Amino acid sequence: MAPEALHDLTPAYALDALDESDGLAYEAHLAGCAQCREELAALREAATLLAYGVEAPAPPEALRGRILEQARAERPNVVPLRPRFVRATRVAAAVAACAAIGFAGWSVHLQREVDNVRSAQQDALSVIAEPGTRQISLTGDHGALYVSPTGSAALVISRLEPAPSGKTYEAWVVENGKPKPAGTFDAAESPAVVSLREPVPAGAVVAVTQERGKGGKVPRGPRVLLAQT
Amino acid sequence: MARAFAHLSDEAVVALVSRSDESALAELYDRFGRVAYGLALRVLRDSALAEDAVQEAFLAAWRSADRFMPERGKASTWILTLVHRRAVDLVRREEVRRTEPMAAAAEPTGDAADDVAWLRLERERVQEALKLLPDQQRETLELAYYGGYTQSELAERLGQPLGTIKSRMFAGLSRLRELLAEPHPEGSAWRPRHSTT
Repeated sequence: MAPEALHDLTPAYALDALDESDGLAYEAHLAGCAQCREELAALREAATLLAYGVEAPAPPEALRGRILEQARAERPNVVPLRPRFVRATRVAAAVAACAAIGFAGWSVHLQREVDNVRSAQQDALSVIAEPGTRQISLTGDHGALYVSPTGSAALVISRLEPAPSGKTYEAWVVENGKPKPAGTFDAAESPAVVSLREPVPAGAVVAVTQERGKGGKVPRGPRVLLAQT
Repeated sequence: MARAFAHLSDEAVVALVSRSDESALAELYDRFGRVAYGLALRVLRDSALAEDAVQEAFLAAWRSADRFMPERGKASTWILTLVHRRAVDLVRREEVRRTEPMAAAAEPTGDAADDVAWLRLERERVQEALKLLPDQQRETLELAYYGGYTQSELAERLGQPLGTIKSRMFAGLSRLRELLAEPHPEGSAWRPRHSTT
């Protein structure tokens, strides 16, 4: 989609009124467009005012307890904050998370972090933004694989449960039936932005499996996603 | 609640949530749980699904509060965006939606005694502003935000070109922003501390 067409999606994105594919395209665009981020921040705030325009009966009392209980159960997974030089994955996660919710304040702060950190996930964003990059849907409406003309590739994955404790997701580039490991990720954020370590030649298949531990050199676990280039 | 959060801004509460402070999460829920549930219920029209949406949104907030950056965005926008996103995802998946949002907006505003005064004032303010919008803009915003329709679905449903729908959304949101931009009781100075109780 042309950049000007993507600009036009801002009001609908602010209202969560884009379908999945337009939404992902817009989010990829948003990562590199300060003007859209600014406009989105304003429109998102206006849209959110509508939340206050409806009847608000008290929620069931048990809901509060359930939320707190589950939050407590998840607590050991929380990674402590590292204030200044965040890890690359956090930057990417922030890009993804902020893009996902159109969060207003991310641009200045994030730009600073992005400027400081060379990361695989930045590579992913540059792949997505590169002219001529192809977008290939993943099975099961889980997002898309982006392949640049030179074969650099990135996955933008949504609606995938975070990897359970002790497991990881691993991406594979499969050519002539031979899978090469292309990187691991935990999908803690949605969408998860993953830069593939291996180039993706025409006709190859990209797969994601769930693996034990830190993943391995050959896929052993169940396949969760697939894209045929 | 043992800890005193009353003096903290919403943004400060989120900052505490990002440090895995459970009582801060409870405070965030106490501030926004009610409006969150009302919004989810409006979109989903089903109390069990609305509870799911609210629960998922607050847990998403719990996991990702450290990505919240207060320089320019409000915490209220952040948490309610999480809620709305979940509600819309669910309504599209479940296909439960979609009795007429217009009709629902015209329902008598009963249950007022059970409502918190602050939320009632906010609701009146927003509804008054909506009434000032041209009908077509209001209809488009309501169907999109409360109905969970995508812009393509709206174009089809309203028999208008997609460009017209986009323009109505943009004009409607911009006008709403102007109408509601005046000083906003956003601080916790006079908001009830426990809006869900």
